[in-house]
Amino acid sequence: MLNILRLLTFALAVAAPASAQQADAPIQKVLQEHGDIISKSSRRTIGPAIDALADSGLPAAREVLNRWQAKQMWRNEETGLYVFAEEVDSDTLRIFDVADGMEIGTAPDDDYDQLKPNSGIRGMIGAALVRFQLTDPDPAMRLQALETIARDAEAAHLQTLRGAIETEQDKAIAAAMVRLERLLTIQFAEDDADRIKAIESFAGDLGVDVRATLNPLVRTRLETADAVPETKDVARVLSPASDALPREDAYDLLVSADLAKPRISREDKRAALVANLENGAVAGVQVATLDTEAARDIAYAVLAQQGKVEPVATEAEIDATLDKFVFFERYIAAPPAVALAAASALKSIENKVAVNQGLDLGLDALSLASIYFLAAIGLAITFGVMRVINMAHGEFIMMGAYTGYVVQQIVPDYTLSIIIALPLAFAVTFGAGVAMERLVIRWLYHRPLETLLATFGISIALQQIAKNIFGTQARPLTSPDWLDGSLIINDIVSISYIRIAIFVLALLFLGLILLVMNRTRLGLEVRAVTQNPRMAASMGINPDRINMLTFGFGSGIAGIAGVAIGLYAKVTSEMGSDYIVQSFMTVVVGGVGNIWGTLLGATLVGTLQKGIEFLNPSNTLAAQTYMILFIILFIQFRPRGIIALKGRAAEA
Amino acid sequence: MSETSLTGSHTRTPLALRFPSVLIFLAVLGLFTLGVTILSEGFGIGVISTSFVKTLGKTLCLCLVALAMDLVWGYCGILSLGHMAFFGLGGYAIGMWLMYERTRLIVVDSLVASELPPTAQEISDGIATQIFGVVGASEFPPVWAFAHSLPIQLAFVVLIPGLFALIFGWLAFRSRVTGVYLSILTQAMTLALSLYLFQNDSGLRGNNGLSGLQNLPSLDAVPQATVSLWFFWGSAFALGAGYLLCAWIVSGKFGSVIRAIRDDEARVRFLGYPVDAFKLFIFTLTAVIAGIAGALYYPQAGIINPTEIAPIASIYLAVWVAIGGRGRLYGAVIGAAFVSLLSTWFTGGQAPDINLGFYTIQWVNWWTVLLGLSFVAVTLFAPKGLGGLVDLIVDRTSPNRHGADLGPDPGALREKEAEK
Amino acid sequence: MSTLLEVSGVSVSFDGFKAINNLSFQIGTQELRAVIGPNGAGKTTFMDIITGKTRPDEGRISYGEKGLSLLSMSESRIAQAGIGRKFQRPTVFEDQSVADNLMMALRKARGPLSVLMFRPTAADHGRIAELAGEIGLSRKLHSKSGELSHGQKQWLEIGMLLAQEPRLLLVDEPAAGMTPAEREHTTDILREAARTRAVVVVEHDMEFVRRLGCKVTVLHEGSVLAEGSIDHVTQNERVIDVYLGR
Repeated sequence: MLNILRLLTFALAVAAPASAQQADAPIQKVLQEHGDIISKSSRRTIGPAIDALADSGLPAAREVLNRWQAKQMWRNEETGLYVFAEEVDSDTLRIFDVADGMEIGTAPDDDYDQLKPNSGIRGMIGAALVRFQLTDPDPAMRLQALETIARDAEAAHLQTLRGAIETEQDKAIAAAMVRLERLLTIQFAEDDADRIKAIESFAGDLGVDVRATLNPLVRTRLETADAVPETKDVARVLSPASDALPREDAYDLLVSADLAKPRISREDKRAALVANLENGAVAGVQVATLDTEAARDIAYAVLAQQGKVEPVATEAEIDATLDKFVFFERYIAAPPAVALAAASALKSIENKVAVNQGLDLGLDALSLASIYFLAAIGLAITFGVMRVINMAHGEFIMMGAYTGYVVQQIVPDYTLSIIIALPLAFAVTFGAGVAMERLVIRWLYHRPLETLLATFGISIALQQIAKNIFGTQARPLTSPDWLDGSLIINDIVSISYIRIAIFVLALLFLGLILLVMNRTRLGLEVRAVTQNPRMAASMGINPDRINMLTFGFGSGIAGIAGVAIGLYAKVTSEMGSDYIVQSFMTVVVGGVGNIWGTLLGATLVGTLQKGIEFLNPSNTLAAQTYMILFIILFIQFRPRGIIALKGRAAEA
Repeated sequence: MSETSLTGSHTRTPLALRFPSVLIFLAVLGLFTLGVTILSEGFGIGVISTSFVKTLGKTLCLCLVALAMDLVWGYCGILSLGHMAFFGLGGYAIGMWLMYERTRLIVVDSLVASELPPTAQEISDGIATQIFGVVGASEFPPVWAFAHSLPIQLAFVVLIPGLFALIFGWLAFRSRVTGVYLSILTQAMTLALSLYLFQNDSGLRGNNGLSGLQNLPSLDAVPQATVSLWFFWGSAFALGAGYLLCAWIVSGKFGSVIRAIRDDEARVRFLGYPVDAFKLFIFTLTAVIAGIAGALYYPQAGIINPTEIAPIASIYLAVWVAIGGRGRLYGAVIGAAFVSLLSTWFTGGQAPDINLGFYTIQWVNWWTVLLGLSFVAVTLFAPKGLGGLVDLIVDRTSPNRHGADLGPDPGALREKEAEK
Repeated sequence: MSTLLEVSGVSVSFDGFKAINNLSFQIGTQELRAVIGPNGAGKTTFMDIITGKTRPDEGRISYGEKGLSLLSMSESRIAQAGIGRKFQRPTVFEDQSVADNLMMALRKARGPLSVLMFRPTAADHGRIAELAGEIGLSRKLHSKSGELSHGQKQWLEIGMLLAQEPRLLLVDEPAAGMTPAEREHTTDILREAARTRAVVVVEHDMEFVRRLGCKVTVLHEGSVLAEGSIDHVTQNERVIDVYLGR
């Protein structure tokens, strides 16, 4: 003590601090008590020091932990006292008292050692600080504290959290605290009844955190015995040679428990025989005859009798041994009651997850359906009105997408470029469609198969031209920022904004087309030409003009669909052919010449594809295969589609 | 077309004599085969390289499948966009045996050197690992159950495309799917099949396909120059036989009926003919012919993969027949030979590029564009295709009805008449 | 005279429109019958139902001595059972010769394999020559039927019908587009045919029907309005109403 005093006076004399440091303040005492390990600053040993500070209940403890974490704690080399310090310049420190944060004065930094906690220690300090943060007046601080606890939960937090809940005023934060408290209860509570109650309260909760908490509780271990024990912790009984428990695994378990003779793999047996090869024979059996497993078994058995190799179980013995034992899984991570409660809660969560996945799937299917609708509606118009199969429709989609790409090269603003690209794509493909109608299709009316082939010729030419211009590499069509991200409904159900936009676009087009077809002069004329071209012509409607406009309109929509599709898929010269068959399917399934039919067809095809993909998620190719097969079968029963025209109109 | 009318005479004359085009075709095919043999490396003076003999052999197979396409489309009016799928199925059927047998020989060879004689299981495992290692599997999928047997796989060359066509055709024709609907449906079928084969767990090596088919098992000693000629002869024989068969089918009343079905299906029904059965017969028969053509083609090509089955291949087949002139057998052959050889020439980089000053047209890139556009032109301006040239030479122009010659499609004609 | 075809209580509707409404009709084994009616009376639909092109919503059709129900049979089976039909517009196979057209129609086995193996005999050629004479196309036998005039096509189609040797012949407006002389000839052929079989002629032209001189059935709005001789029906008040307008 004398020593310290002397040092203190010395320090005062040198530094001329503004006030004296409280060397015997309670917080300083706690620090001094653990001075050695604090200075040592090792993650392994620092624990007690942090705990001591946090548990001290001293008002200054929080500030000390904070400053420590922020590397603002220094220790006087001579007195060993801790201070807070700020660097005034490279040589001088302004120091403060740890007890009350009062400024002591300035001192040369040569006299002090800075405490430099590494990141591990800072994390531990942070965890200790949590309990202070939980009662912090700043709500953001409190939420952050909750996150910290959730990330790295400890048994000790439980009590702290319970204390904090009582004083919490903010309802949202209180709810989050209660939820976290229940999660911690599940993990750390002493009383199983409490844990079970907490588990049950989470039945059907979709939070990922709940599943992360519950899953470790239902961990099991595979065990074996003569009979299934009557205890409650048996999760399930497995029979060997089932999918859940292959025969070899079951037997290996017995071997590892010294309950059975080892077995030998075919390769090892072969190697053992080869090792004992003498003069063209193994154990007196000619090598040439060892070309069946049975012969090799016999030879091996002879070797075993001679003591040259370890005896092993034969297949029959393996079967007999397996028959003698039962195999079961036992809960190992929690008492049976808790594990069972967790299992049943997980089950109810799974059910709810399944429902929500169904919902998510529905959204996916809807967005796919809107893409198919956009891709197919132009085709439905040209096919429905003109009975013209346009195999180049997919290439019009591609042209639209490339138009979008080119616009983005010129106009760097993505929002603006999309706004320009949509009408421009319509214009480009409208022009292409009109040109194609005038130059080719007009001459082939009533020769549907030849139209199909001629438009196919155009299709391959357009595809190759695009390849020659833009190369084979996929070109990006970047969506504007406000279309990035997803609308998240819960942890499972979410949908990206692009898909919503495409859905809205599809709805817009449905409305627009219905409007044009049913409310405008053009629509009236188009319907007239559809139903009876000669009669329409004699009433002063020019069918050629109508056909041309219709074809242009259908192609123009394909261009817009191209921009929309380009936003979420790659733009390549072959993208058209990816959609053409599905588009035809959509039109045919829906019923030719009917907008609502196309909508239904798109919904059916989209739902079907997503549904099959869900059943077999690893394999989208198989999904497409089965979808097409389904459609082929569907057409067997409704050859004219869902909405079929009957009577004379159908025979046009 | 004189072959369509029944001659007044009641006596039976040989097919070839009644239809000079058959005789001419067979003579040309025979001379061509002889010529190639004489000029080949294997048996002749070596002017034609082995790889070109293979190209010619493959072309003959394509002619055969074009013949089938002409029968089903040009004569029966079914624009099938699935016949190259049948062609591919035939190739897969024979390819499985070729690959299995060759791999088996290699595996047995390598195991013979080992200390213990191999068990059947070890051999099978060895083959499976060799064949399926590339798709990460080491067991034989069920479809390979008969791959060890050449007779069974040869039967499959015929049976698999045939059954496939039979089932598909029965479903489609039963529900009266016709015209463009049927074309789209066949295209969808082809797409489904190729997508299925693209999967790694289809059991047929996914997109790797089957390879090494040019090597005949246990005939390693025979040089490719000889093997290529064997297949060339086989292809020529198959084409000749196929041509005779098709000519026989279209010559009689059967030919009348299927052409009538093409022109007015409903009317044929009211005549009492079971139209669906006729279409099914033709569809299945042509699928079988396509399968045989494929089985001859792929050992010459050496490799088959699902790309070969993609819908585009079948559409190209229709293009060949259309350019050659459908509704006449030699038209299909001419179209397939002309377009596929031209295509080989252009895409092979042999065609001279055209320098326009500001841009150089490289045919490797622009050939498809030219093909597509010329196809449109043929459809528009020459519906009879190259075969129409023969009419000019022989001066057998079609009857000049109302000044409109619109090819075999009757709809336009009737529409035109109705307008008058 | 026994009944060959009996249609009873047949109805069919297209999208709510009743094309045929509770129609009943019968015809004997050797009878010529004219069916008349204004546009939209359901004449063509009536034929479509008998030949299997359209399936009725309700009703029964029995055919022949065994009372075969036609409702479950396909078009080709019905045709094979002996019902032949001539369409309003002449539909012959224009790409093929007159002889080929007739040869196809000739009453022979219709299965694909028997057709494939079929080779015409001298008798077949003789029958075709005979038919061609009957319809006045002997000199055109080897021309493409597309080259024929409209009337000749009509006759070729009638010839094809006769070649089928049907027991029931359904003829839709045979006289349309014919010259008076050709009409005369057509009437003769039809009357001749009706000696050995049942013939139903659908016609607009009252003069032509009068010349046929047979029993007449008047259809209106999908059901039978009147039946009897031509003089009987033309004096019927309701028929006059329907034909001459209200």
